[in-house]
Amino acid sequence: MTVNYQNNELDTKRMVLNFGPQHPSMHGTLRCVLELDGEVVVKATPHMGYLHTGFEKLAEYRTWNQVVPITDRMNYLSPMSNNIGYAQAVEELMGIELPPKAQYVRVIMAELSRFADHVISVGLHGMDLGAFTVMLWGFIEREKAYDLFEIATGGRLTTSYTRIGGLARDIPPEFIPALKSKLCKFMSIVDEIEYMLSNNRIFMDRTQGVGTITKEDAINWGVSGPSLRACGIEWDIRKSRPYLCYKDLDFIVPIAAEGDTYARYKVRCEEMRQSIRIIEQCLAKLPDGPVNIFDHKARLPEKEEVYNTIEGLIHHFKLIMHGDQHGMHPPKGEVYSCTEVPNGNLGFFLISDGTGKPYRMRVRPPSLYHYQLFGKIAEGAMIADLVAIMSSFNVIAGELDR
Amino acid sequence: MYDIINYFVTNVKILQSIPFWMVQAAFMLAGCGAVLGVAALFAGVGSVVERNIAGRIQARYGPNRVGPWGWMQFLADGIKLVLKEDLIPDASAKMPFRLAPYFIFTVAFAAFIVVPFSQKLQIADLNIGILYIISVSSIVVIAILLAGWSSGNKWSLFGAMRSAAQIISYEVPVTITILAVIMMAGTMSMQEITAGQSGGIWRWFIFRYPLFTIPAFLVYYIASIAEVNRTPFDIPEAESELVAGYHTEYSSMRFAMFMMSEYVNVLAVSAIAVTMFLGGWQSPYPGHIFPGIWSNIEGLFWFFSKTFFLVFLMMWIRWTLPRYRVDQLMDLCWKVLLPVSFINLFGICAWMLLA
Repeated sequence: MTVNYQNNELDTKRMVLNFGPQHPSMHGTLRCVLELDGEVVVKATPHMGYLHTGFEKLAEYRTWNQVVPITDRMNYLSPMSNNIGYAQAVEELMGIELPPKAQYVRVIMAELSRFADHVISVGLHGMDLGAFTVMLWGFIEREKAYDLFEIATGGRLTTSYTRIGGLARDIPPEFIPALKSKLCKFMSIVDEIEYMLSNNRIFMDRTQGVGTITKEDAINWGVSGPSLRACGIEWDIRKSRPYLCYKDLDFIVPIAAEGDTYARYKVRCEEMRQSIRIIEQCLAKLPDGPVNIFDHKARLPEKEEVYNTIEGLIHHFKLIMHGDQHGMHPPKGEVYSCTEVPNGNLGFFLISDGTGKPYRMRVRPPSLYHYQLFGKIAEGAMIADLVAIMSSFNVIAGELDR
Repeated sequence: MYDIINYFVTNVKILQSIPFWMVQAAFMLAGCGAVLGVAALFAGVGSVVERNIAGRIQARYGPNRVGPWGWMQFLADGIKLVLKEDLIPDASAKMPFRLAPYFIFTVAFAAFIVVPFSQKLQIADLNIGILYIISVSSIVVIAILLAGWSSGNKWSLFGAMRSAAQIISYEVPVTITILAVIMMAGTMSMQEITAGQSGGIWRWFIFRYPLFTIPAFLVYYIASIAEVNRTPFDIPEAESELVAGYHTEYSSMRFAMFMMSEYVNVLAVSAIAVTMFLGGWQSPYPGHIFPGIWSNIEGLFWFFSKTFFLVFLMMWIRWTLPRYRVDQLMDLCWKVLLPVSFINLFGICAWMLLA
């Protein structure tokens, strides 16, 4: 929808409107300055910096393992995915190969958090379009997913589950039955949400053809994840550059052709189903064994070893103590490692100078690139479309300005 | 109402000693007070009921702490709002800003003057009853414009403009549908419209010429949801788009007045829909069970059962559907509801001529 401003006979002025940072549908503290002609957006300028967190700088003053809790806070919808992305980057830097069980558990956790993220983002999408009920239904299932995180990690939101070379702890025995009992309900909530929205005339009118991204734009602006796949581009790090144990698992990467808000919604719904499929396969294949590597230069030894052997005690000491002589020392060098988190590609670029702390950490969050594109596709849309577009990208404010 | 006054004047000796116009005025005022009380009570209870229904739909508890089963929640809300500071923003136009809530409040209640609650319970049986309702409910636009414009807030202004466009547009299909009812009843008096539907459920106007009257009822119901600004037509106060629309800047009791008038309006449009299509206070079976003056109680029961059912339906719709966009809303009104209501009007017209 475009409006020709040249031929306006009436002398009209454009209205400048502050969309956010304090606005119910600018989730987090996003701000967008709009130039409006009536309700039609002529120009939208997204602003950043209302949630400056300084995570990247903070990481330079933490040891490699202490960075993990920082990654939690970068994405408040799927913290577990960020944990995994960071740990994987450091492991690539050090050349660590994870034991099979750790890989499977990480995949389970990543997919569980993908489900939890998508179910909320689809729900919030519904809420921004006025379907409040869908969001609360989504939240119920999200809470169940968080219950599972709590069983495994002790934390619901701030999971901090991964460690370099493994996991903070093995999954407890009650985790697997609890997960199995909830998978079925997870699957049915996706159906319920789709039943409420997918064929709803109002929802379709509000989302189809709204916020359309072309393939070229999507690639040029660095769009990734469900938003990219909704444009008809089959790009999923899990398939194209398999990490963890994704190459052993059978799943489909859902794509849609239209590139509009509705397509993004449909892709997310289908991805939830695929995530559940992946979890089911992982549960069936879950191997036995340790979840940590047996390399005491990187990973803390088991408690039993620490208490009973002198080597274990010394290794524990060496890793925990502060100072240049102690702690974990990855080799000098740099690494860029990318994982597929619910919103897209999450990249960690790390430079190590051989000391116990990262020399530089740079994060490539998916939402930053989506938010930059927002100003472009918002032009010509209406105010009501803006909220639909914004929530279909699921922009996480915590990622924008690290 | 006149019947009730006459009944009291003939039976109570003291009343005969005062001039009749004074008695009449006193009874009218008392009646208005009663209706105001009932409608205000409904606005309160309605909000609790709505929140409970929303709770059930959304798989959570509604309010359940204040009073038995949370029924006193609206009192707590009211007290909280009264005790809050009445903020008047600097950028606002003070006089209209203060005025708007009273305006919308009065207008919302004014529609009840002609609603027949039962055979005898009606404040005034105007011979232009329905016309009066149409005109009174249009004043709401002015109140909302006043509120939105005077707030000095861009969001409020947007809300007001949307609301004006929406309410004025949806008046048209509503009025044309009402025209069809006036044709069937042959009168504009609300009491006589109700009387025209006596004799059981099949005599109600909704089933009179089913091919056209059922769509007419649906058109009226959809348009009336739009007139009271509820989801899926709540674009003037769309929370995720316009923060709170035209009442963004209001606080304290002025805000409460907006909220109350919303629920009163919901009750009003449902009551009017019931009167026009669902037989008003008429029971679904012919005749009455209770004899004489007691049949009023029966009428009251049926009237409120039907009205509350429509109110419940509105709440159900609200918590199920997403909301329209402004242009789609106008499309629906001018491209769908208006042609359909015209077809209904002509259809009913033709059927009446042929039958």
